[in-house]
Amino acid sequence: MAGRVEGKVAFITGAARGQGRSHAVRLAEEGADIIAVDLCADVETTDYSLATPEDLAETAAMVEKLGRRIVALQADVRDTDSLRSALDRGVAELGRLDIVIANAGILSNGSAHELTEQVWGQMIDINLSGVWRTCKVAIPHLLATGNGGSIILVSSVAGLRSYAGVGHYVAAKHGVVGLMKTLAQELAPHRIRVNTVNPTQVDTPMIQNESMYRLFSPELPNPTKDDFAKASAATILLPVDWVEPIDVSNAVLFLASDESRYITGVALPIDGGALII
Amino acid sequence: MAGKVALITGAARGQGRAHAVRLAEEGADIIAIDACAPMATVPYPLADEAELAETAALVEAAGRRVVARRADVRDLDSLTAAVDEGVAALGRLDVVCANAGVNTPAPMVEMTEEVWQEIVDIDLTGVWRTCRAAIPHLIAGGRGGAIILTSSAAGLKAYANIAHYTAAKHGVVGLMKTLAQELAPHRIRVNTVNPTQVDTPMIMNEPMYRLFCPDIENPTREDFAPVSQAMNALPIPWVEPVDVSNAVLFLASDEARYITGVALPVDAGVLVK
Repeated sequence: MAGRVEGKVAFITGAARGQGRSHAVRLAEEGADIIAVDLCADVETTDYSLATPEDLAETAAMVEKLGRRIVALQADVRDTDSLRSALDRGVAELGRLDIVIANAGILSNGSAHELTEQVWGQMIDINLSGVWRTCKVAIPHLLATGNGGSIILVSSVAGLRSYAGVGHYVAAKHGVVGLMKTLAQELAPHRIRVNTVNPTQVDTPMIQNESMYRLFSPELPNPTKDDFAKASAATILLPVDWVEPIDVSNAVLFLASDESRYITGVALPIDGGALII
Repeated sequence: MAGKVALITGAARGQGRAHAVRLAEEGADIIAIDACAPMATVPYPLADEAELAETAALVEAAGRRVVARRADVRDLDSLTAAVDEGVAALGRLDVVCANAGVNTPAPMVEMTEEVWQEIVDIDLTGVWRTCRAAIPHLIAGGRGGAIILTSSAAGLKAYANIAHYTAAKHGVVGLMKTLAQELAPHRIRVNTVNPTQVDTPMIMNEPMYRLFCPDIENPTREDFAPVSQAMNALPIPWVEPVDVSNAVLFLASDEARYITGVALPVDAGVLVK
């Protein structure tokens, strides 16, 4: 049986690990070839380590093991030129572009009035402007392929409601929802659909770190993963601690596939009911 | 969906039939319910028993079992009896699609009490009755479940001249959110689908054409198409029933195991137009 995105090519940022890797593998399972980019380096403002070149190579190996082609390159969503040259190489090699998943993102924390200019600026530059740059370099390829297309921007529950302690992240992720709606309007005549996924806590290194454990359990001196699980579960309606990367990937797959050919301009929560708790 | 059982109201034709067939294709057995009768204030023909039988035949042709029963979502007793009978025959219940609905064009100032009542009774209270009849079976099954309520783009934005429909479909979104809260401890998820115009008899009829094309004397489907398309962001006049069915299938499946409390537009961008 043909896969649900058979023969399509998907561009994924932040693909070295976490949700991005999961999206690459899930789409490859359903027949897509992948252009995977990741910074593969740390940035100044996060308390946890970002992905490495070895992580990106592992994503590539996982996609190839599924019998699909992959072009995996280091690129920075803060740098339009590096992003464009990576994508151009990928499209040249794989022949087309159908699906864009603007997934790269970071998390840091601090009260809004105490954030430094640098922490605020880097968050907006990666989580919001990085999404815009990803779209900016990718949309010409979608138009050139001429077969419509599907753009999925990774927002967050924090793109639809606020959380104390992450005002910059909330602002960036809200901005992604706004950008999505404008892009959906602008690109509809070309049959290019644009939607966001809005996950609650996902079990990835971005949230599984001491800094986040402290944010969720400020009353504990040395909160553990178990403490975080309880605090996280309390923010989710369904009886789960968090969702898995595959849950977001399944939503991304649905939005990328022709099964959702007339869904555009939509923010799709994968949040265990966090928004209505 | 293999091995699961899905209850679908309004299953004789249109979106309900498409949901039955799509879920059956993916392995579900179906409890198909439809009133199969005209309604006093609805100015277009509703489904009949032959159409419900055709839905049943299509499910069986997909290799799945089906229990097809006549029941009216305005009557909790007959609905409950039909659901109970279906669950007894098929052994379990996992998925509920509260799909039965009607629409009538009616400017607010001309709307009679009867017109208002019938739409609200079917499109909102009928959804509640469907849930009321089905939820005890989902809870008794102890395996969680997925409830998909058919709302509309009119459940999220206003449309002139269908105040009753807009109110009812907004009400469905509210009901969905409360049910999602109440049923989360049972791992029963509740979501709505919110379509734009779908190519079914509910919109493909003369009174609807007149509502959308007030300046044309005898408007046709062809006249209706560009007016309908102008409301959508994507360059299409309407969506097909299978587009809603694919969204229903996604929400019904374990791929959406942590999606609850969500209104999912299948609307060609109507809401961002």
